[in-house]
Amino acid sequence: MEDMKLIVAPSPHIRDTDRTEKIMFSVLIALLPVLVASIYLFRWDAVRLVLLSAGAAVATEAIFQRLRNKPITIGDGSALVTGVLLGLIVPPSLPSWMIIIGSAFAVAIGKQVFGGLGHNPFNPALVGRAFLTASFAVAMTNWTAPFDAISAATPLALGAARSNIPNLFFGTVAGSLGETSAVAILIGGIYLFYKGALDYRIPVGILGTVVAMSLLTGQDPVFHLLAGSVLFGAVFMATDPVTSPITVGGRWIFGIGIGLIIMLIRIWGSYPDGVTFAILLMNAATPLLNRWTRPRIYGQGVKASE
Amino acid sequence: MRRVKSFFGGIYPDDSKKSTAEAPIEILAAPPTLVVPLLQHAGAEATPVVAKGDEVLKGQLLGQANGAVSAPVHSPVSGTVVAIEPRAHACGSSVTSIVIENNGEDKWVEKNSHHDPVQLDAATIRQRIADAGIVGMGGGGFPTALKLNPPNNIVIDYLIINGCECEPYLTADHRLMVEYSEEIILGAKLMAKASGARKIIIAVEDNKPDALEALRRHAGAIEVISLPTKYPEGGEKQLIQAVTGREVPSGGLPFQAGAIVQNVATAWAVTKAVRDGEPSISRVVTVTGKTIKEPKNFLVPLGTPIEYLVEAAGGFNGTVGKVVVGGPMMGGAQFDLSAPVCKTVSGVLAFIEEESITPPVLPCIKCARCVDVCPANLLPLRLEAYGMNKMWDEAQRYGALDCIECGCCSYICPSKRPLLQYIRLAKREIVAKQKKPS
Repeated sequence: MEDMKLIVAPSPHIRDTDRTEKIMFSVLIALLPVLVASIYLFRWDAVRLVLLSAGAAVATEAIFQRLRNKPITIGDGSALVTGVLLGLIVPPSLPSWMIIIGSAFAVAIGKQVFGGLGHNPFNPALVGRAFLTASFAVAMTNWTAPFDAISAATPLALGAARSNIPNLFFGTVAGSLGETSAVAILIGGIYLFYKGALDYRIPVGILGTVVAMSLLTGQDPVFHLLAGSVLFGAVFMATDPVTSPITVGGRWIFGIGIGLIIMLIRIWGSYPDGVTFAILLMNAATPLLNRWTRPRIYGQGVKASE
Repeated sequence: MRRVKSFFGGIYPDDSKKSTAEAPIEILAAPPTLVVPLLQHAGAEATPVVAKGDEVLKGQLLGQANGAVSAPVHSPVSGTVVAIEPRAHACGSSVTSIVIENNGEDKWVEKNSHHDPVQLDAATIRQRIADAGIVGMGGGGFPTALKLNPPNNIVIDYLIINGCECEPYLTADHRLMVEYSEEIILGAKLMAKASGARKIIIAVEDNKPDALEALRRHAGAIEVISLPTKYPEGGEKQLIQAVTGREVPSGGLPFQAGAIVQNVATAWAVTKAVRDGEPSISRVVTVTGKTIKEPKNFLVPLGTPIEYLVEAAGGFNGTVGKVVVGGPMMGGAQFDLSAPVCKTVSGVLAFIEEESITPPVLPCIKCARCVDVCPANLLPLRLEAYGMNKMWDEAQRYGALDCIECGCCSYICPSKRPLLQYIRLAKREIVAKQKKPS
């Protein structure tokens, strides 16, 4: 045994099989039902926007890292996730060049300037959407009906009284590509939860608060859950680990805060929907929530027994 | 039925115990040469009382306890002292060791046995335990007699006998519980008497039903409880929390929660010492892993080199990547297999190369799985960042010293970050700073 070379490393010597790349891949799998629904509802526009957005996001990440002489990490899948997410939260009629700019902005300014994966304070896809909304307000609110691409009003513009709940559930209404079909989003959410990649506290906090606020203000809670970006935001955006709190208490407050801001904007604000800004605002509050909700360490504040 | 409580966090790794869980303990014949380190415990190195060239008997004192926190060491065989010199030790550095050439005669010193040891008084039991050199055999290595002697005004409500063996791969305690349950029960009674503990609870993880059954057969009035299989169920602080609902105060000792925790192997050793008059010169060790030809549980004379143990288990099967002494979560990787088995060595694990390579590290995505699994309720990702950036004060404020180094954070991290390594670094720096007079 003299010449045997042994590997020496500190404990632990076994590791869980889950990997960050696998988590990113799980998110992409979870987005498949949404992708299928969006292609069914909005046809080629869905294919066009999601592909362009994904391509632009991955390319931006690679170019940015190349320019900075950093290792290119597009293999971790995070840029792809950002690109696909952004592609799914824009109107079907958005011009191609706009989604490319938006996606490049999301990755470059939303993520890479902060140091890349894990360092961005705001959800990059939502940064992209906020940028597009601010820059191209008309194109970003030009809604079309599913199947025939004729201009149409969104359920939130129509209001609860003129919306049909089953249509909202299946997604046959005007809206962003991936946000109209509640059933597709729910399937994806259940898959993510099952994969251990989704903390239920955040979506439950958001959706619970939306329901509670609807009831308090005499509005239809089912309508508010299904209309606009609430479900997609609760399942795929707010649960982004990088930009949400690390503590259990923090995640509850984070979810409830998002729900509150959504309803404040919807009821009293000037935007029809408030999901993007609600999540971005709570992203900003995340470091503070982490500090406020530190768990009590084992044995601290415990008195010795007599 | 007692409502089974639990501890914070924890992980559910594959237990990898199958290949040795059913393997009866085999008594391993002593090798021709044994290396007995003078330090096999927490505290000060023992002082040698023999010289090179001395003939020694099995069980004879080789080194005596040096100071309040220390333990004596004894000869595992009869033979000749051929050297007293620094030798490789499983802890990673070298330790002064007494090297004994086995004469194969297996001649014992006179054993001071006692037919009814429960009749002995507390101080006598403690003295016999101390003289036998018994230390925490679960891995801590704290001198057992000291642990059984808390400050005068303290009442010990619980003596918890730890049969959790929550580390994957290891089955040494498991087999001991199945095959030596009577000795363990008697050891528990002796330790309860020695410490004045009001109640004995034996705690076993529910993945060992045969051990539970064997213990219950001899338990009498002693409560044997089954705990959920979750790592680190057998961590001292976690076990106290799971069994009693109490927490050990931060920076304090278990007796401050009215509890003493002793490993089942320690209980077995106590019976051997107090009833049979045999000092701590052997223990059960699991030899397993993908590169071990015939994984086994051995009753090993202390001082047996690890390489001898590996040979006894059929040797290595293909290229070995890493050899770990102890469990895979908290054990130490070895670079020199001439290091001997000592009192705290519960297993020798040989991993294939593929299992041994440190995986590439990705950025932290703040998924907080480390937060969810931390049994000390710390924020490991924060501590890692503070450790990496040399922010020792922040690390201390965030409770680095409360880390029990169980490794759950590093285990669960999907980005494969070396969280525990940086927390250890921070702990060391904090302690060094506290010691330095300002």
